[in-house]
Amino acid sequence: MIAADVLKRLHYWVLGLVLVLTLVLLNLPPSAAGRLKTAIAALFIPLFGLTGSAQSFVDRASYAPLTRSTLIRELERVQAENRQLQISQAQARQALDENARLRALLGWQPRATWTLRAAHVVGREPTTWWRNVTVDFGARDGARVGQPVLTSAGLVGRIREVAPMYSSVALIGDPECGVSVLIQETRDQGLIQEARTAPSGDGMVLLKTLQHSPATMAGQTVVTSGLGGVFPPGIPVGQIVDSRSVDGGLFTEARVRLAANLNRLEEVWILIQLP
Amino acid sequence: MTRVPTIALFFFTWLAVFGQTQFPVVTDWLATPLTVLPALMVYTALTHGIFTVAILAVGAGLGVDSLSANPLGVSILPLFAVGFALQLRQHLILRDQTYAQFWLGLAAGLAVPLFTWVLLHLDSRPPIAGPFLLWQLFLIGIVNAGVCPALFRLFDTLRQTFDYQPMTEGSFRPDREIKRGRI
Repeated sequence: MIAADVLKRLHYWVLGLVLVLTLVLLNLPPSAAGRLKTAIAALFIPLFGLTGSAQSFVDRASYAPLTRSTLIRELERVQAENRQLQISQAQARQALDENARLRALLGWQPRATWTLRAAHVVGREPTTWWRNVTVDFGARDGARVGQPVLTSAGLVGRIREVAPMYSSVALIGDPECGVSVLIQETRDQGLIQEARTAPSGDGMVLLKTLQHSPATMAGQTVVTSGLGGVFPPGIPVGQIVDSRSVDGGLFTEARVRLAANLNRLEEVWILIQLP
Repeated sequence: MTRVPTIALFFFTWLAVFGQTQFPVVTDWLATPLTVLPALMVYTALTHGIFTVAILAVGAGLGVDSLSANPLGVSILPLFAVGFALQLRQHLILRDQTYAQFWLGLAAGLAVPLFTWVLLHLDSRPPIAGPFLLWQLFLIGIVNAGVCPALFRLFDTLRQTFDYQPMTEGSFRPDREIKRGRI
């Protein structure tokens, strides 16, 4: 009987300890919590490394059955594409120079210049509460909180937390990834709202325009507006699927199918602003 | 008593936490990341002491939070609450019965995400949760209900393999030994 009482008291002591520990952890300053998260996540680095190696082994193995003629055809296609891109780049550079000269004449601020760095998606969000992925691009590679993340199709999200060897990316639709956008055809501005499903759901997010926008129609393109300073203007976000008036006709709400498939992210680009 | 089954339990937990961040095809198909930590907690609470329960809850909770966008520490209490409740009623639970393991896995699979959801709502940053949450809870509950009996089989086999087995009493009794001698 006495032993049972002692055991029960021990249980409540342990409960108290766990409660105190939880409260302390939940009330840590964000910087300390971030450092602690990084330290704990380091315990999983061997497993991330192992899955990365396994993935690259599978990729290499899948190249083996490719015939020489297929490879030559692919090389020729890539070389032709490269030549076209070089011409486009030269034209774009000329346009940029002209733009910079005109901005200087008008006395406008010069546009920020950006560069792209590739990263692999190494992990998904382990809970149902957030839209998040982990990429192998950390502080040592130049990652900073807030940097935009995209694929060749369009915007993906922004960097939420940075560790030395990897970063956590808040995807579009996450509460921490609000995106200011505009509809390219009508120039109506709006905000991409928090999604209702996690992880990435059906690839749809809700766009709420800042004012009633009756010209909003299916098929129109949504791009970043550049407001807020996080995302540069003009990055494709998606296409409008349908729209409706809300709040007594004060605003328009539209469903947007995202350009980037957030369910199939393997490689992404980090947009880094040059000084 | 050997420590191998307990070490194996922690090792499995480490893999289970990491596994939650992988398998994108399954996650996309089911539209929810799957976790087996509630089922693991059921097994631990019914076979180990309160300290092992606390270590598993703290370790797994911190692991999940460090790999996710959760506030650090929010996953500890829901896991520990399930373990603690089961520990207090350990002597009343028919832990060897498959149906008991199934229902406990189901209950833990529903209770842990629900408790986490409540804790996240108390935080300043509410999580993404819509009508789809019910489907996700249902799936996590079903998966844990299915996995829980399997975990009992796995770890019980491991325990039997590595633990010292109780010595069985032989049929030999010295008082019944036939003394042979010259007649």
